[in-house]
Amino acid sequence: MPAVTLDKIIPGNSGVILQVGGEGALRRRLLDMGLTPNTKVTVRKVAPMGDPVELFLRGYSLTIRQEDAAPIVMEPLPAQPEKAEEKKRCL
Amino acid sequence: MNSCLLALAGNQNCGKTTLFNQLTGSNQHVGNFPGVTVEKKEGALLRHPEASLVDLPGIYSLSPYTAEEVVTRDFLLQEHPDAIINIIDATNIERNLYLSLQLMTLRIPMVLALNMMDEVRASGNSIDISGLSRALGVPVVPISASKNEGVAELARTAVRVAKEKQLPEKMDFCSGEVHKAIHAISHLIEDQAAKAGYPTRFAATKLVEGDQPTMEALHITENQRHIVSHVVEDMEQALGTDREAALADMRYQFIEQVCRDCVVKHQESREQIRSEKIDRVLTHRVWGIPIFLGIMLVIFWLTFSVLGGPLQEWTEMGIGAFSHWVSGLMESASVSPALRSLVIDGVFAGVGSVLSFLPLIVLLFFFLSLLEDSGYMARVAFVMDKPLRRLGLSGRSFVPMLIGFGCSVPAIMSTRTLSSERDRKMTILLTPFMSCSAKLPIYGMITAAFFPRSGGIVMMGIYLIGVAVAILSGLLLKNTVFQGKPVPFVMELPAYRIPSPKTVGLLMWEKAKDFIRKAFTVIFVATIVIWFLQSFSWGFTMVEDSSQSILASIGSVLAPLFVPLGFSDWRATSALITGITAKEAVVSTLSILTGAAGDAQLSAALAAMFTPASSFAFLVFTVLYMPCVAAFAASKRELGSWRAALFTAAYQTGAAYLTGLAVYQIARLFI
Repeated sequence: MPAVTLDKIIPGNSGVILQVGGEGALRRRLLDMGLTPNTKVTVRKVAPMGDPVELFLRGYSLTIRQEDAAPIVMEPLPAQPEKAEEKKRCL
Repeated sequence: MNSCLLALAGNQNCGKTTLFNQLTGSNQHVGNFPGVTVEKKEGALLRHPEASLVDLPGIYSLSPYTAEEVVTRDFLLQEHPDAIINIIDATNIERNLYLSLQLMTLRIPMVLALNMMDEVRASGNSIDISGLSRALGVPVVPISASKNEGVAELARTAVRVAKEKQLPEKMDFCSGEVHKAIHAISHLIEDQAAKAGYPTRFAATKLVEGDQPTMEALHITENQRHIVSHVVEDMEQALGTDREAALADMRYQFIEQVCRDCVVKHQESREQIRSEKIDRVLTHRVWGIPIFLGIMLVIFWLTFSVLGGPLQEWTEMGIGAFSHWVSGLMESASVSPALRSLVIDGVFAGVGSVLSFLPLIVLLFFFLSLLEDSGYMARVAFVMDKPLRRLGLSGRSFVPMLIGFGCSVPAIMSTRTLSSERDRKMTILLTPFMSCSAKLPIYGMITAAFFPRSGGIVMMGIYLIGVAVAILSGLLLKNTVFQGKPVPFVMELPAYRIPSPKTVGLLMWEKAKDFIRKAFTVIFVATIVIWFLQSFSWGFTMVEDSSQSILASIGSVLAPLFVPLGFSDWRATSALITGITAKEAVVSTLSILTGAAGDAQLSAALAAMFTPASSFAFLVFTVLYMPCVAAFAASKRELGSWRAALFTAAYQTGAAYLTGLAVYQIARLFI
């Protein structure tokens, strides 16, 4: 599948990080929190007002803003049908 | 016995505060790290009185970007603690170990406290403790801080490694290109690192990362700088990535290997699974916000009417009875009237009225710490981040502002949980614009006199004006005083957990102590000053009639300033001065100065003083100008400087004046 940025991944779906873009304090923080290349990240949900997003990685939940997720390049993983279905119901 | 200094370090949300309380009991004192408003807690270890433990701020890394991380790094490098207790959430071991790897390069004896082991076991997972200890080269003690399991063993181990100076054995987490780069730089800077008191390994790693503070501390020469960047460029080229990513990646790869060897994880922890289920409701797309507002409503209702109201009344009654008793005692001992007035009208009336807020503050902190420790506060920040972002704040600032509608004092005190100093300062400045409950009597007074039929609309209008001023101020300050980059909003959503009663109790006690200390220092002095102004004339003789007092003459001097706001009566300005002790004092001062007996007479007196338009301007000014001394003292404490606190008060008063002016000039056209 073609690479996409993290903010474009639909809630309920996952991807593997290819590259963490951006710079400075924000980028360092993302790396420190475990958003490093080859890490699998699931987008769990979007906040009620459409931003920020909740991610799940390395066994814990992390929230970041859409604009900060944009420089993270992902290889999307195929959607897991039953999980996506479940997500739809609870949204 | 030799004393020893231990440091407690770990991520946020890993049970650090709970462990600190278990290790030290309630024997602890709170201060600030020098120069910053980052809280520093210190206490002696239970059963090891010779060892004192410092609680370092909860951090995720030793990057140079946040105040908390810099404070931690400075403390560890400059204070040379004898050992570090590094607490780790065993249910979330990968990310927690990331900080451990950085701490280990500091050449300080260290012990790993593997917290929440009970949860790991209950979820059917397991961790090979001795394997982990071997892999990392530090002692590992499994504990459950909330159940106080393994804590005594942890304390013994920590004291032992401190006394035996048992350094972490393994410091080489890197491989390949990164390893080469760190080695090359190590040789280059060895002497300078030793001189600066930096462990070579740590310094070299930091230089590879491009860490500015390390460059400065080591006095890296221009020539060395070139060599370092050359080495780093080679590394980056060979790895195809940049320095920061390379090091983060290297640490996580090492951790992943360790976890593959030592951690058996069949499934996510029960707490993690439970949290996801709870969040399906609490951060629901539609229901998330209503539920949050509902929770706050219940907290307010419990605090201000069900529990707090009666408690506050009892406190007032108690203080009143005590004051009455002291008054009688002084009368029978024929103490001079001046002294009696000082004690009764000054101290008891002033400090007493402020102390009656104590139950409200303790109750609010009870609920707040439940929200914080359960993990819900992070969800509030998640849900409310978007609207606050426009003001340059994050969702975390929402709760203090909301509490501001109840009372600014706990609201300001609660900003301590905000992770960014900039956000904290701005929130402290904006919070008092949320009209607090002590201002309600003033609304009652004005609406009864001028807007008897549209009181609801007027009150609504006042609240909205407060919020509007806060929003405008946020937008203005974001681009002026509080310029600069906001701290990135990258926040963990911790698993929901039941708060520990001990942690909640200690926090309430801490906040109560803090408030009482304020009541008897800053507030005590302020009330005496106001009492003096109110009871004495310029000739320093006591006056019977307040219109002869210093206060009255200051009021008269200030009165012309308020002509553009439509009121210029010296009694109104005098009331604004006394309102600084406590906002309710505006009402009592006005009734004393007008000599009104009862509400009807007060309304009549006010009608002579104000027009409806100017009364509204007066109301707006009262709501927005600098908060009461208790709130001012709280902001001074949280801001850490008089200058910042005075700027805040001046800004608030200025904003009040301009808004009052605008309101009067506009209202005049309509009413």
